[in-house]
Amino acid sequence: MHKDETHQHMHGYGIYILVWLGLLTLTGVTVAVAGINLGALTIATALIIASVKSYLVLTIFMHLRIEQRVFRIFLVVALFFFIISIVLLFADYSFLIKS
Amino acid sequence: MNTQEYAVGHVHRDDISSRMGMWLFLFTELMLFGGMFFLYSVYRFTNAEAFHIAAKELNTLIGCFNTAILLTSSLTMALSITALQKDKKKLSIFFQLLTIILAFGFLVNKYFEWATKFDHGIYPGSDTLLAMESGEILFFGLYYVMTGLHGLHVVIGAALIAVMTRLTAKGIINKDSFVKLESAGLYWHLVDIIWIFLFPLFYLIT
Repeated sequence: MHKDETHQHMHGYGIYILVWLGLLTLTGVTVAVAGINLGALTIATALIIASVKSYLVLTIFMHLRIEQRVFRIFLVVALFFFIISIVLLFADYSFLIKS
Repeated sequence: MNTQEYAVGHVHRDDISSRMGMWLFLFTELMLFGGMFFLYSVYRFTNAEAFHIAAKELNTLIGCFNTAILLTSSLTMALSITALQKDKKKLSIFFQLLTIILAFGFLVNKYFEWATKFDHGIYPGSDTLLAMESGEILFFGLYYVMTGLHGLHVVIGAALIAVMTRLTAKGIINKDSFVKLESAGLYWHLVDIIWIFLFPLFYLIT
């Protein structure tokens, strides 16, 4: 069997520690930014930083970067439908509120 | 000859499918929490002021501390897999135990956090809570359900990792076969990601 294909790569300790430091830094940034009143941008900033953190966890900690391509396609499809649900929900809801 | 060897000597194992199955399960988890995030976004949209006032009750410091704990536990989980891949069994077990300890630390913090709120009379169905504005009641309802469900996931994750630690100690999970540990790790990282979103949405909106 092609055993090697199952785990063709692996991460060293170093990259995990780097990502961890990055995640802690970004947490610090979210907390610092939350203190400033950016109006409507406040939620957007928090969500963008959270998305960047999730991206780091998904690609490095969860090995998506070194996984086979089909895993990344899976995730994109799942997120695509997740986002569709949000968009439709808000389209519906903003309409309900107006009427 | 070849087929015979295949039939006798080959133990069926498909690590990629195993991980794929785990990912599919994680997508169902995405929808479980996703539904609650939808609910949160609609209620926050319609009760923006009340959410801001209610969020002042939450302790940002404990929230930050728990974020750091959970991120660190994700790190130790990832390190335990690398350690095992490098055939360092003891180091891997050490990292797994560290992950469980951090998970426990997270829950202890959560206990103190909830206990303080209970002391202030804020718990589901309490008189203090019911006397609040409807938006604030919604906020605390979501807070207890979402952090509670997340806490339940932390408990399950820690229990899963404990099982993996035992399997690693027994040698069932080893350098050549560690997909179980990887899957438990995937679950653990998902719990981490959910917290990454819960933290700013509940603790940082004051």
